[in-house]
Parts: sequence; structure tokens; C-alpha cells
Amino acid sequence: MKPFDYQRAHGLGEAHQLLVADRARPIAGGTNLLDLMKLEVETPSALVDLNRLPLGGIEPRGEGLHIGALVSNSACAADPRIRSQYPVLARAILAGATFQLRNKATTGGNLCQRTRCYYFYDLAQACNKRAPGTGCAAVGGFNRIHAILGASDACIATYPGDMAVALSALDAAVEILDAKGDKRHVPVRDFHRLPGDTPERDNVLEPGDVITGVVLPAPVGGTQLYRKVRDRASYAFALVSVAAVVHLEDGVIARARLAFGGLAHKPWHDPRVEQLLEGQAPSDALFDEAAILLLDQARGQGSNDFKIPLTRRTLKAVLREATGGTL
Amino acid sequence: MTRLYTMDKPDERNRLDAMAQGIIGRPLDRPDGSAKTSGVAPYAAEYVVPDCAEGVLVLSTISRGEVVEIESAPVLAMPGVLAVIADPRMITRSAQGGAGKSPVREIQKVDYYGQPVALVVAETFEQARDAATRLRIAYRADDPARVPLAQEDGHASHESYGEPVQRGNLDAAMRDAAHAVDVTYTTEGHASAAMEPHASIAEWDGNTLTAHSSLQMLKYNQKELADALGLKPEQVRLIAPYVGGGFGSKLGISAELAAAAVAAIELARPVQVVMSRQQVFQCVMRRSETRQRIRLAADAEGRLSGFGHEAWVSNLPGEKFAEPVTQASEFLYRGEHRTLRIDLARIHRMTAGSVRAPGEAVGMQCLEAAMDELAITSGIDPVALRLRNIPEEHPSQGLPYSSRRLAECLKVGADRFGWDGTDRRPCQRREGEWWIGTGMATACRVHNLNEAQAKVTLSSDGTAVVESDMTDIGTGTYAILGQIAGEMLGLPPEKVLVQLGDTRYPPGSGSGGSWGAASTGSAVFVACEAIREQLAEQLGIEETDLTLKDGEAIAGNRRIPFTQLLTADISETGHFKNGGIDEKFAIAMYGAFFVEVGVNAYTGETRVRRMTGAFGLGRALNEKTATSQCLGGMVWGIGSALTEELVFDPRDGHLVNHDLAEYHVPVNLDVPALEVVLVDERDAAGSPLQAKGVGELGICGAAGAIANAVHHACGVRVRSFPITPDKLLEDLPDA
Amino acid sequence: MPITINGVDHALDVDPRTSLLDFLRRDAGLTGTKKGCDHGQCGACTVLLNGQRINSCLTLAVMHDGDSVTTIEGLGTPDAPHPLQAAFVRHDGYQCGYCTPGQICSAKAMLDEIAAGWTSYVSDDVAGTPVLTGEEIRERMSGNVCRCGAYSNIVAAIAEVAGAQA
Repeated sequence: MKPFDYQRAHGLGEAHQLLVADRARPIAGGTNLLDLMKLEVETPSALVDLNRLPLGGIEPRGEGLHIGALVSNSACAADPRIRSQYPVLARAILAGATFQLRNKATTGGNLCQRTRCYYFYDLAQACNKRAPGTGCAAVGGFNRIHAILGASDACIATYPGDMAVALSALDAAVEILDAKGDKRHVPVRDFHRLPGDTPERDNVLEPGDVITGVVLPAPVGGTQLYRKVRDRASYAFALVSVAAVVHLEDGVIARARLAFGGLAHKPWHDPRVEQLLEGQAPSDALFDEAAILLLDQARGQGSNDFKIPLTRRTLKAVLREATGGTL
Repeated sequence: MTRLYTMDKPDERNRLDAMAQGIIGRPLDRPDGSAKTSGVAPYAAEYVVPDCAEGVLVLSTISRGEVVEIESAPVLAMPGVLAVIADPRMITRSAQGGAGKSPVREIQKVDYYGQPVALVVAETFEQARDAATRLRIAYRADDPARVPLAQEDGHASHESYGEPVQRGNLDAAMRDAAHAVDVTYTTEGHASAAMEPHASIAEWDGNTLTAHSSLQMLKYNQKELADALGLKPEQVRLIAPYVGGGFGSKLGISAELAAAAVAAIELARPVQVVMSRQQVFQCVMRRSETRQRIRLAADAEGRLSGFGHEAWVSNLPGEKFAEPVTQASEFLYRGEHRTLRIDLARIHRMTAGSVRAPGEAVGMQCLEAAMDELAITSGIDPVALRLRNIPEEHPSQGLPYSSRRLAECLKVGADRFGWDGTDRRPCQRREGEWWIGTGMATACRVHNLNEAQAKVTLSSDGTAVVESDMTDIGTGTYAILGQIAGEMLGLPPEKVLVQLGDTRYPPGSGSGGSWGAASTGSAVFVACEAIREQLAEQLGIEETDLTLKDGEAIAGNRRIPFTQLLTADISETGHFKNGGIDEKFAIAMYGAFFVEVGVNAYTGETRVRRMTGAFGLGRALNEKTATSQCLGGMVWGIGSALTEELVFDPRDGHLVNHDLAEYHVPVNLDVPALEVVLVDERDAAGSPLQAKGVGELGICGAAGAIANAVHHACGVRVRSFPITPDKLLEDLPDA
Repeated sequence: MPITINGVDHALDVDPRTSLLDFLRRDAGLTGTKKGCDHGQCGACTVLLNGQRINSCLTLAVMHDGDSVTTIEGLGTPDAPHPLQAAFVRHDGYQCGYCTPGQICSAKAMLDEIAAGWTSYVSDDVAGTPVLTGEEIRERMSGNVCRCGAYSNIVAAIAEVAGAQA
């Protein structure tokens, strides 16, 4: 770990001031940032500790909820309103990491979790995300956990988190305060970026930005599922995950929201699939069609080719379950 | 005095069962338990050593070549940095188990990606780690395209390892067989991944190098380090009373110990070096990946006439070890036409060495999967097939077997599990989205013995002390040595103090090859017999007429407390040697695994739902710790079957998944409530204790049982371990 | 403000890079908390921070002034063990012992989480009241890797203390 200045922000204004400094990084839970700093994948000159900022608490916001950026993953998943009204979010959070990590990891920090690409983590390997312009060693290497959708020649990394996948399916938004004190809301679906030619940028945050919370719209009910497929039963990153919020009315899918983890540089959302499903009676043929549409641009990198059939099968399981079918 | 016992014939006396204390075998709590559960048991890097500097190793980023220059200056200018050391006394590989001499030390020559090439020492850990990360090293790297990085690589040289077995005509037996199986399985490399990373604190007083280190076999480790440093063995003292797991990875010394020692000598102050978890993965030891061709030729009733097991494994150039894949295949099943051989490829990956149950761990899992294929082909209950193939004598050496409880284990295990082998057709049982299936396998592991010494002192205050440089790596050594001494000397366990893990004590067997309990335990036993003789002489009776119980000697109608009987302490050193008993008998531990799995019909995720292991391992010296060893082995079987796999990048040979996030050892949810049945056994050829090895048996075949259950569940036979979802998906029925 | 460890105040006058884990082990001399991976991948460093279990390797000591930390040494001693410590000995819920302090701290917090009504990924109803089944214990203890494979006994020890069926 490189030496850094440790600074504690006592107010949001101070946080912005400290964060505009070159190579300053905010720290909240630290469960991902410190992991990367120990390896010197991340080498901030200053760490701005946000933990004492008033960004905790889950409060009503309109008909929905505002989850403070510093609310721990555990607290979020344990909140009775989240559990009863947004169960897909609680389930997704509980699918990720462990109780220990979730007790530390925060809502804002978890959105900023960086990829688990092995080559990103290894200073001796080429990685455009870690060191722009050096190339991507994952292409042509071992890429079992890598992207099948939305990747670029520069980067085939995946976003590894679970929470944001559910937030995407819930039409949630990230609340961001910029250095000028202006607040903006970015849909979770637009918060993470595809890698393109600038994979070093995971998301749309600008220098000095502070995530202040996540806004959940009014509860929508329906059947809410989060299914995570992984290499061991617990404490592993997703090979594929699916968040689903599905409403069935009079034997027809009235509304469907689907988001996918493990497939791309961001939680994957494809409105075409939702449009295909909506207004249709559930059937295996429909689900197969949905999977074909979802994966029509999918491209394997070799070791991750299996994610294509795995996604197809997992989506089918989720849709069957969500529409009351037999598993 | 030292009493020598040479094990050259079965010890039919069965003395332990004749003793009166009644603690041998009992499921007593470990005496070290409260120290471990309260966090006061000190592991290697947990000693307060004043003025101790911190060292961090630097590993190579090429697979073969030379270090041209180490750019030390910028790093030496960093705060707190004391030295950058690349010294010819530093080792670049871990010593193989039992080597007793230094491993390769050419620090400037790189033989594998991740090889230690330098040590950075600083005042604090943070300073040292940062400096080590930033240390620039210039290499002259061989063209990776010309460096053999995998067995299949055309540049790799191959050699035959050991003595192949070639009897009869297997090809003809295969042709003539009523039922034949000719299949090739593969297993990937495994890491020991002991929870305590390799760690050492070294101190040098100008003459003696003292090190706290995490090691399994101190008497060899002392010689290995002395050889590396150019010292005499007696100038090296190693201390390891608590070892946070080994599984083979700490049989020999590793790079951090030699580096810490060299730094302590050079800097004339204590130096601590702890490997990072990533470094443990990269530079300690791997289990070789294997390819195994198995040929089984059987008659209509499933009796084997032909048996072939050929294995391809790998290691670094210069290493003497090759994964002994066919070790149990030598004697487990019948078949007069036999071909057994091992082909060793020389490749540039980290040292391949012993990882829990070298040989059988991967050999048995593939053999037992192939046996299941034979059972299906022949329509014979897999249990019955195995029962029919238990040979009368060693199929190639003609040796008699010592006690062998394989048949009992198969029957008892089947009974406890509720095995039904009548219908082995797959895809018969579905619960929701899960295909459910069952499978079984034989367990087998050769019994090893090693020379060992232990000193036992019976004091006039009615207590005893056992001393040996033997280690307890989680195996229960503290418990069982105390129980042996207590049983022999008539003392309750709390009156026996066991002191281990210090080369100042007599050299024990070390912990490896499942030989620790039987070997060092026998040394304790021998010392106790000598003490008993002294007591008997004092009482004027034959030793066999002496009863010792609860701190009293009982002879005829006399009952005398030790506190009265002894005027001075009695010390005896037991010295136990294998006198070739294993050349007269085929001695092994046996068992059977029964497993129920669920395979997710959509995703191919496999979960073990139930698992029973029945084991015949000679006398269990402590039923509780023996059971735990078996449980642990079964967990390893789950990992080997489903999740564990070292992945090397074929382009540059680096280990891709060098941490615990991506090398998947089983977590708690992967493991159901396992059942272990210990089948009562005394093996007079195993040791004077009638005990055999325990620590490795539980893994040997377990993964095969899981693979067989997966096939029974969903109909997919995966011949490449681990059985991950991607491999199952290829042939999984549509959900 | 100092950090309170097992009821004793310690000054946080350290290199900001020092993890809470290293602070406990080196500066506070409490080596019961183990370093198994230093990256949040094994759970050996689990301690209770203000009553909640965390990986002490993935947080900086300097971030914790005013906080209260309980380590394995604070739960009980060989002479006065916590019921979980005693149960781990009885059930042989360990082998090499290196993951054990983390397992026990984790188990302590887990029982508190259950009491607080927290559900887990294996709970049938994420909005319901959790029932401490063997499956729940296994999921909730999955952040603590035991390479010796003592899981069955660990679950049995915890179940006994919790009065649950494993």
C-alpha cells in the first residue's frame, strides 16, 4: 500500500473540497478499495473518510425510499421496508459476499465496486482498466468470469456486484452531489458504463462527486426474485445472476423488469426483452424467445462461452418461477 | 536411556487394550482446545520479538530466464527500508517432504512464474510491502513460446517415474472381457491453502539461528535450513508448537524461512517474513494436474481380469517428486493382467509436491469413477462390484494383506447411508429443480511409518511429560500422545503434559503421510514400556504383571502411588523405526464413501446433500480427533470434486487464480452434516499401537463418489475434475 | 479519541496504512485475531466492531477512533470461556485452530443477528422471521473458511449453544 494522506470529512462541503484533489479517493466501508490498495492496484494520494457524514438512514422519499449512501449492506437488507416491499433488493444483497463484508460495505461504496477480473488485480498483467493503454490480458487468457455482452476490445471485465443488479430491476436512481453542490439523479441503469475505449472509468462519477444515496421508486409489488449462479454454494461471485420483478395479471405478464449480473461491465438491462414478455401469456416458448433476444449479441471469449447457455437456462428458471410455473 | 523398537513383524501383543487406565481411543477433548478457542495459542508470526524487522518477498514475473538487475536504490531510499536481499543462501523453491537438505537456491535463475527472487526488509510491514511492490527487476526472459508450461506442450520432456507394473497382457484382457471400460480422466492442480500462511521469525545470535516457523517436520526442516545457510544442523533451532494447517505445504521449508534467516544474519537483528496469501499460492507447492487412463476388464460377474492405470503428471526440472497416482491401484483390486505407470513431464510451473494424500487423493477419485462406469456397463451394484474384486493377495507382489476392513466398511457404510444399488439408471429422481442421485466409492490409502523419537518423563509427583519435535498441525497429536502415555503409565490425561514442536526435543516423525500418530505415538509407547519395566523391576515383578492406574502401581495385592514409589524422575526415550514391515505385508487403510447430491436441472450447480464415510484405519487413538480428520478429508473430497482448480495462463505460465476468492475451497454451505463411521480394527502390522494412518484417508476416493452421484442424478459423466456447472451444462438434459 | 479493545483504550498513533487487523496483532498485542488472507476472502480476522462482525483486515485502524472492538480474547479466556468457546472444544469444532477465533467471533455475532431478525439468502421468506436451521447456520458461517474441514462440528457446536437443530 502506498502512503496516503488520511483525511476525515466532517461535512459534505469538506468532502467535496478534499475529493477534488488529484488522486484523492473517498472511502466508506473500504472492503473493496483497501483490498485493491494493498495490491497497489489503487494508489490514491489521499483517502477521504466519509464515514462521519450524515448519509446514513433509510427514509421515506415520496412514495418510495431514500437509502443513505452510508447505509451498510446488512442494514439495508435487514430493513423491514426493504424486505417486505423490495424483496429482490434484500435477496440480492444477501446473495453477495458474507455477513462480515456486508456489515462494512455501504450502499454507495458497493455501487462503486470494481471488477474481479484476475488480470485487473495482477500488476504484472496488461490491463486497460488499471493502466490505460497497456492492453487486455484477459482477451485470449483465462476469462471464465468475463463479459459476454457489451464488451470491447479494450476490456471484457464484468461488474461483480449483486445489489446494483436488483436496483436496476427496481428502476432505482443514484443520488449524486457534485463539487458545486448540485444534486443529480442518475438511473442505476445508466450509472455504470460499458467499457468502450475508456474502461478505466467504471461509472459516470466525476471528480468531486459524492454519492449521497439511492432512491427507490414506489413499491411495485409483483413477484420479486434474485437468483445467483455460482461455483460454490456461498461466498462466490456470480457466474450469472438474474433479478426479476414480474407482475402476472389474468394469466398475462403485465409488467416485467429484468436485470442481469455477471454478463457485462454493468448490470445488464435489455428493454427489448421486457417488451417482448409484457402482454404475453407465460410459456416456455416465450421464455426461449426472450432468452434468444437477450443473447442475440452475446459473444463468448473462450472460457466463458458457457455463460450463454447458462444465462438462457437461468432466465428460463427465473421466468418459470416468477410466473408460477413448475420447476 | 533410549529404547529402540524396530517394526519388522506384526506386534500381536496388543498391549494398549490390556492396560487399565481406559483412556486410549476415548473421544476426549483436545488439551490444546482452550488455547485455540481463546486465541492464546501462538502461531509462527505471533511471538513478541523486540526490534524485529519485517520482510516481504518479491516474486518473479517471468516463467524462465534470469534476473539481470535488481533496481534496489529507489526502494532503499524509501522510508524505513533496510535492505533488498537476493542472496545465494535464499531458496527459490520449497523443499520436498523429507528432503533433509536445501532445495534449489539459484536466486538469479528463474524457473517458474512466481518464484522468489528477492526480499525487501523494512522497519514495518507497511513499508516493506510497499517497497516490495515497487521494486523493479530487470529480467532476461526466455521466449515463453519456447518454455514448456504445460504437459501437452511440445517442448516438455517426459520421463517414466518409478517402477512401472507390467504383468500379463492387458490389451488381450480388454479384448476378451465381458465388460470393459477404457476411459481417461483429468484432474487439475490443487493448492493446500492451509489457513495460516507460511510465516517465519528468524533470530541470529552469531552462532545459532532460531526461528519460529510454520512447519510440519522439524527434524528435516532443521537440516534443510542449515544446509541452505551453510550451518551445522545443531546451529539451527526451529520452534512450531502450533501450526495453522499444513496439508503437505509445510513438509519442507519454504522461501520465507530461508529469506528471514538470511536477513536476520545480514542485518544482525530479528526479521519476520510472512507470505501473502497470493504468494503462498504462487510459490509454495501445488498438487500436479493429472491425466489418467484407466482400463478395466471384467468377466460377466464383474470380476476383474485386467487392470490398467496410467497417469501423466508434471513437475519442475530437477524435482524428484512425482504425484504417485497409482499408489493404491497397485493392490486395491484384483486383475492379473496389469499395467500401471506414471509419466512425468518437466514443465515450468511452481514445484509440484505433496498435497494431502499425494497419489490416492486424485488417483482414487478417478479410479472409483471408472469403477462406477464398469458397474453401470455390467449392471452390477457398485458395492457388489467392489466386494467381488477384493484380492486375496497383493496382485503384483504376492504379499499378504495385514488387517483390511474394506468389506466391512462397504457394508456398514451402505447400511448407515441407506444405499440402494439396484437401479443405477440416471435421472430417476427429481425434487423441484434438482436432480437427485447417489454414488459411492472405495477409500484407500497406503499406510506409512517413519522413524521417530519421543522422550517420556514420569515424575515423582505423579505427572508425566512427553517431549518430541513432532508437530500438531490440527491432527490431534497433543491429545493422542497424551492418551498413549496416560494409558501406558496409568495416568489420567490431565496428568500428562505433551510438549511438541521444538527441535530441542527428540526428533519425532513429523506430520506427513498420515504417519505421525502411528510413528511418534509408537515412540511414546516404547518409552512408556521402558518406564514400566523400571517400575516393575523396582517392585520385583514382571512388567506384564504390572497394572498402572490413576497414578498408582498395582502389583498383586500391593497398591502404591507413584508419589511414594518414585524417589526420582524416570526418563526414557523411545526410538521407533520401520524395520521393513511394509515389505512383508500390504498395509493400508480402507473405507467407503456414500453420497447423495442434487444437480440443478437449470444451472448445473451441484450440491452435496448427504455424505457418509465408513473407515477402517486400525485403532482410533482418540475417536473424536480421528473422526475430525475423516470429516476434513471428506470436505477436501467435495472441493476436489466440485470446485478446486489451479488455473495457469497458457501464454506466460502465471497462476491466474492465486487467492481464496477465485481458488474455491469449500465453504460451510458447501458441506452438509457429514457422517463418519469408524469401523473397529486393530492392525498388528500397522504399529505397536495397532493404529494406522488417519489424516488422509477421508479424501482418497471421496470425489469419485460425488462424481458417481452426479452421474446418477443427471446422467452426465464428467471426466474432468472439478465438475463445474459449465462442464455439466454441455450434456445436461433440457430443464 | 482512542479505540476501545476488549474494554481497554488504545491510542491510534499509527501509520494510516495499518489495517485494524495489524493494529490488533502488532500494536495491541492481541494475536488471537488471525491473518489468513488479508483480503476479506477467508474470515480468519473476524472481530466484533461495535457488536457487529467485520473482517478486520479490510478496514484501517485510524478510521476507528471512538469505536469499540471485541476480539476473541475479549469473549472469554481458557479459564473462563464463552459458551461458544467451550462448545467448540466439546464438538471438536476446529483442527489446526487458525480459523477458530474468527469462527467463534462470527458465531457470536451470528446469534445476535438471528435474535435481531436478520434473514439470509437461504431463508425461505426474506421478510419473515428467521429460524436457525442447520442450513441457516451454514450460510451464515460461510464467510469463515476452515481448510481443515471442521464445518460439521462447527455447526454442531453453534447449534448446541443456540439450542437449534443442526
